[in-house]
Amino acid sequence: MMQLVLTVTAVVLSLAAGGAIIRIARGPSLLDRVLAADVLLAIVGAALCIDMAANRHLNNLMLLVAVSLIGFVGSVTVARFVADRREKTRES
Amino acid sequence: MNPETFSGDAVIDAVSAVFMVVGALMSLAAAVGLLRFPDLMTRMHAATKPQVLGLFLLLFALGLQMRTWWVWPVLVVAWIFQLLTVPVSAHMVGRAGYRTKHLHPELLSTDELEAVVQQAAGKRGFTDDDGDEAAAGR
Repeated sequence: MMQLVLTVTAVVLSLAAGGAIIRIARGPSLLDRVLAADVLLAIVGAALCIDMAANRHLNNLMLLVAVSLIGFVGSVTVARFVADRREKTRES
Repeated sequence: MNPETFSGDAVIDAVSAVFMVVGALMSLAAAVGLLRFPDLMTRMHAATKPQVLGLFLLLFALGLQMRTWWVWPVLVVAWIFQLLTVPVSAHMVGRAGYRTKHLHPELLSTDELEAVVQQAAGKRGFTDDDGDEAAAGR
C-alpha cells in the first residue's frame, strides 16, 4: 500500500510543482512569482515529509524547518523591496 | 485487501496513507489555484493551503508512521513555526500587492483600506490613487 501511496503522491506533487513553475515563468508581476516560489517551497517540504513518512526516518526534519524559514525570509525581503522601490520612484 | 486489515498497524497505516494523499492534493489545489485565479489576492488565498493544512496533514501522517511518542512535540514545534511565519510573510506580500496596485478593484466586494488610504492621502495633500499624475496636478 505504501508503494501505491508513494506513486500517487509523486504524480500529484509533480503536477503541482509543474503548475507552480508555470506561474513563476508566466507571472505578470514580481509578487506573483514570489508567491509561486513560496508554493514551490511548500511542495518541496511536502515531498520531504512524504519521504520521511514512507521510509520511517526523521533525517529531513531540520531541512523541513530550514525550507520554511527560507521561504519566510525570501518572501518578506522581496515584499519589502517591492514596496520600497515603488515609493522611491513615486517620490522622485 | 489482506486479511489483517482491521489490526492496529494496518488501520494506522491506512489513516496515514489517506493523510499523505490528501496533503499532497493540497499542493495540487494550490497549483491549480495559482494557475486559474485572476488576481494576486485570490492566488494568495490558494497558496495558503499546502503551507498550513497540507503541512499539518503530512506531519500527522509522519507522526503516525513513526509510532513513537517523542516525535510528536518535534512535529508540533515544526508546525507552530510554520504557523508563526506564514501570516507574517502573507501580510507583507499582501501589503506590497495592495500598495503597488496588483489587484482588480472591480473584483473586490469590499475594500476596507480604501477609506483610510483616501483620508491619509487627503491629509498629506495629494491622492495616492493615481500616482504621479495626481501628485503633480495638485
